[in-house]
Amino acid sequence: MDFSYTIFILLIPITTFLLLGFFYNRIKPAVSGWIGVTALTIVAGLSYYTAIKYFFYTPKLEGKYQTLYGIKMNWMNFTDKLHIDMGILLDPISIMMLVVVSTISLMVHIYSRGYMDGDRGYTKFFAFLSLFTFAMMGLVVATNLFQIYIFWELVGVSSFLLIGYYYEKPSAVAAAKKAFIVTRFADLGFLIGILLMGYYGGSYDFGILNNPEGAAIMNWASSSFMGLSVITWALLLMFMGGAGKSAMFPLHIWLPDAMEGPTPVSALIHAATMVVAGVYLVARMFPMFYFVEDGYALHVVAWVGAISSLIAAIIALTQYDIKRVLAFSTMSQIGYMMLALGVSKFDGHEGLGYMASMWHLFTHAMFKALLFLGAGSIIHAIHSNFMQDMGGLRKYMPITHITFLIGALSISGFPLTAGFFSKDEILAAAFEHNKPIYFITLFVAGLTAFYMFRLYFSIFWGKKKEYEHTPHESPWSMKFPLMFLAFMSVAAGYISFSEMVTADRAIFHIHFDFVGAAIAVSVGLSGIALAWFFYKKPTDYPEKISTAFGRFYTWTFHKFYIDELYLFITRTIIFKYISGSFAWFDQNVVDGSMRGIGNKTVSFSKLIKGLQSGKLQDYAVAFAGGAFILVLIVLYVL
Amino acid sequence: MDILTLLVVVPFLTVLVLIFFGKGLVKSRTITLVGSLVQFGLALNLLFAYLKERAINDSIMLFSRDIMWFKSFNIHYAIGVDGVSVALILLTAIIVLAGVFISWKIDQLPKEFFIFLVILAAGVYGFFISVDLFTMFVFYEIAVIPMYLLIGIWGSGPRENSAMKLTLMLMGASAVLLVGILGLYFNSNADGGALTFNIFEIAKVHISEDTQRLFFPIVFIGFAVIGALFPFHTWSPSGHASAPTAVSMLHAGVLMKLGGYGIFRVAMFLLPAGALYWTNFFIVLAVIGIVYGALAAIKQTDLKYINAYSSVSHLGMVLFALLMLNKTAWNGAILQSLSHGFMTALFFALIGMIYGRTHTRDATKMGGLLKIIPFISMIYVVAGLASLGLPGMSGFVAEMNIFAGAFQHTDTFHRVASILTVSAIVITAVYILRVVGMMLMGPIRFDEFKNLPKVTWYERVGIYLLLIPVVGIGIAPMWLSNMIMDSIEPFFKGVEVLINK
Repeated sequence: MDFSYTIFILLIPITTFLLLGFFYNRIKPAVSGWIGVTALTIVAGLSYYTAIKYFFYTPKLEGKYQTLYGIKMNWMNFTDKLHIDMGILLDPISIMMLVVVSTISLMVHIYSRGYMDGDRGYTKFFAFLSLFTFAMMGLVVATNLFQIYIFWELVGVSSFLLIGYYYEKPSAVAAAKKAFIVTRFADLGFLIGILLMGYYGGSYDFGILNNPEGAAIMNWASSSFMGLSVITWALLLMFMGGAGKSAMFPLHIWLPDAMEGPTPVSALIHAATMVVAGVYLVARMFPMFYFVEDGYALHVVAWVGAISSLIAAIIALTQYDIKRVLAFSTMSQIGYMMLALGVSKFDGHEGLGYMASMWHLFTHAMFKALLFLGAGSIIHAIHSNFMQDMGGLRKYMPITHITFLIGALSISGFPLTAGFFSKDEILAAAFEHNKPIYFITLFVAGLTAFYMFRLYFSIFWGKKKEYEHTPHESPWSMKFPLMFLAFMSVAAGYISFSEMVTADRAIFHIHFDFVGAAIAVSVGLSGIALAWFFYKKPTDYPEKISTAFGRFYTWTFHKFYIDELYLFITRTIIFKYISGSFAWFDQNVVDGSMRGIGNKTVSFSKLIKGLQSGKLQDYAVAFAGGAFILVLIVLYVL
Repeated sequence: MDILTLLVVVPFLTVLVLIFFGKGLVKSRTITLVGSLVQFGLALNLLFAYLKERAINDSIMLFSRDIMWFKSFNIHYAIGVDGVSVALILLTAIIVLAGVFISWKIDQLPKEFFIFLVILAAGVYGFFISVDLFTMFVFYEIAVIPMYLLIGIWGSGPRENSAMKLTLMLMGASAVLLVGILGLYFNSNADGGALTFNIFEIAKVHISEDTQRLFFPIVFIGFAVIGALFPFHTWSPSGHASAPTAVSMLHAGVLMKLGGYGIFRVAMFLLPAGALYWTNFFIVLAVIGIVYGALAAIKQTDLKYINAYSSVSHLGMVLFALLMLNKTAWNGAILQSLSHGFMTALFFALIGMIYGRTHTRDATKMGGLLKIIPFISMIYVVAGLASLGLPGMSGFVAEMNIFAGAFQHTDTFHRVASILTVSAIVITAVYILRVVGMMLMGPIRFDEFKNLPKVTWYERVGIYLLLIPVVGIGIAPMWLSNMIMDSIEPFFKGVEVLINK
């Protein structure tokens, strides 16, 4: 099977970026929008074609999906053994990601033509979107750790550029910087992990590292540091990078602020694709995570995921900015994916968590992008992010209303939606392998339903507000993506993922557990019911509850003051004390002493200036005297 | 005349023409432009000639030539190049050419300015082609001395002070270096031959371990001061801050690379046992320089100071990499020299352009420049991304080689040092984004900057000359990396033998 055409999946977006980037003030905005949409349509077409060709027409090897390479070439050599390749790796998860990224990116491109209409930097916006798509595609098809790191950094930069798109707004600039620096800090761990892995595992190549019978996995015990295998340390450090990108606690602080970017960007980058890169990384390295040191690192992944999903869901209850509610919801759902990977085993049905995680990644991309684009449609109409400014919008924006409702139902796990199926498998996997995590997950499911419907009821129901301009439904370019994604938010539940994306790449069949599903559904429905009771009509229950919680509410509202803690560490400790004292030390002590030497030289030269009399006899005397002293030294000292 | 000698002769010819015909700005810059274009052509030609010759000739140095010029001390004009020097010569040619475009409108004493600039360049070329220690030293001095005049006369701010400090420190280092060179010279007949300055002759001689331990730190420090080794780096921030744009570009872009190059070519090659003995001590200094330079850069507000401290940090990595004593790291050291050369020259060029428009270099006094001068600002962002090691730019390639080399050591000392070094990439991101956020993004805070002149064609040419290599190396590092790696091999032999013992 020849997959070498997949190179165009990378070449088309980067060409679009260069084209739009170089001629950004010469291309008419309308044209650049069409260029972007056309390019992405081709990319999406290629991705779907690849998926169909791979899953249905490529023969399996001993009943398992094979790893294929579209292209693979040497990029740089470190030593004879260690080198960086660039290539396109095709296996179930990378192809699934290609489909996710190209679909969402295409929808966001179409949507942006309406949403960004009339914006000054319209062409620039599409150029950055293309750059991001290129980087993200390169990340998912990476053949080795270094390639993934390279594109990992590139998505980080495109995220920076897009968050800071409204660069005249100081808050957007601050958010962009924060996102870049926090993820960069996490990437420091990632890089050190990669370097350690390269040295101890002997390669950066996924094929070599992930081979369960390979040297990297078999010899994990050969070196240790502080009671753990160095390979485990490397995996944990790499997971640090993943946690940073995927906004896991405690590295999540950049994600809510990243909502400063244009809403289509939030949908594409900060909901559906880039933020799941950490999940993808763990899934990509899953055999290593699972086999090395009995999955020690995997336990960490599970608990980080569980804690993040809980914390995020609690914070989401109290936020008023609709994009921030969705941001915390994203963090919570990514926590789900992480914990599902964390509790997963490797073989056959035991690997349910892995399958569930990937499935949830897929369905989440659809419904979360939908919710964000819906939120964008609302913001576009009433020019505010805050739910206090909204209410009764269902009359004005019927399509946005219905599609948003479908998205909210899907994320709450309402029966027969996509979210129901994928979430159910995550719960089943957690139930099988880790009971405490199962209960956290169940509780979070209830919270999710509650905060999503709190959002839904306050926006579309509740009291009608006096709007300055009557809100109007968005144009077709924005409605179409909403409708398509709403369709996917249901339809994605009927794709048989267990026959495509599994941990050991063999097919298995899901046993549908009615009791487990019934429990999950009833928790979800009670969340929805509670929200209906509280927010359908304006009541004073929410206020009463929040006062009842007192201090805890305040803490939650302020996101547990984690941002303030970080600010204290960076601003006060690092900037002011460490960096400030270094700068002072340099200018006063180090440079001071050097200057001192200089000044002494000058004053000394002034001192001895008088000796330069210009009279020959003085010099002759000095010369003779010097010679005499030298002779004495030679005679007596040496 | 041979291909290498031309590299030195053309600048001197340019100087002669300048002296006689270079009256006024237009004439002098035209002459210099022609001279540096010829030089650039020569450097490119050298690259291709080298690649062609290398395929059939496997001696260490190609295009070698040896002429006696001072018989009683056995000093030769001995020249030759390998992949490392070819790459650095190309770097110099490009930066000089870009420097001419950036100095397009220099109004004060243009003729003299260009004369000194070209002399400086001539010294650098000579340094990179010599294989005779004394000749090398002479060229080194030729390169350093014009610096004093260039900063003292055409500089800004407390220029006399800065020029004096810079010159004193570099001259002090030269004195130390001279001691080291003489030490090598007087030990070059240990096996009974004639005293010699030729590094390949000395390499054949067995210098006793004690002697090596004595002279290694002397030679190392002699070179490392110009490579901004902590705590001898303080000439650099003030020197850069006071220097005119083209001089900063040449200085940070090329002159500071002489240090790393000299250590690689002389200290490590001729004194491997000394190197092995002293590495840990100097690693400590290099790592301090890396982290400290980056942290100090966070607090600066003057753009040139930021870039100067950033250079301390980035060049600390060159020294760090050389001290890691393996081929991967050494390859990284040379790549970092090149990468930092292009990148920092680009930075200084951009800072010059911004300063020329706003008449301030204080980042806190500007804001929203992205809207006013979009091209310059965008390139500044790109240069910043290159500086913080974004993949696709040359800095990433260099740093990854350094890190991958450093991580081949498994002992705790090297591990800690390596991790501290790697952590500099985060600090770099902080100070780069701080400036970008403060100066380029955000609202336009000062009305007087609402209308700034657009970028001119010669500024664009200068920018592209420097930007293309940064991106080119970053995207396709293979050919350069391989060329350098092959050339490192013979110089690494001495150290390798000792390590394997």
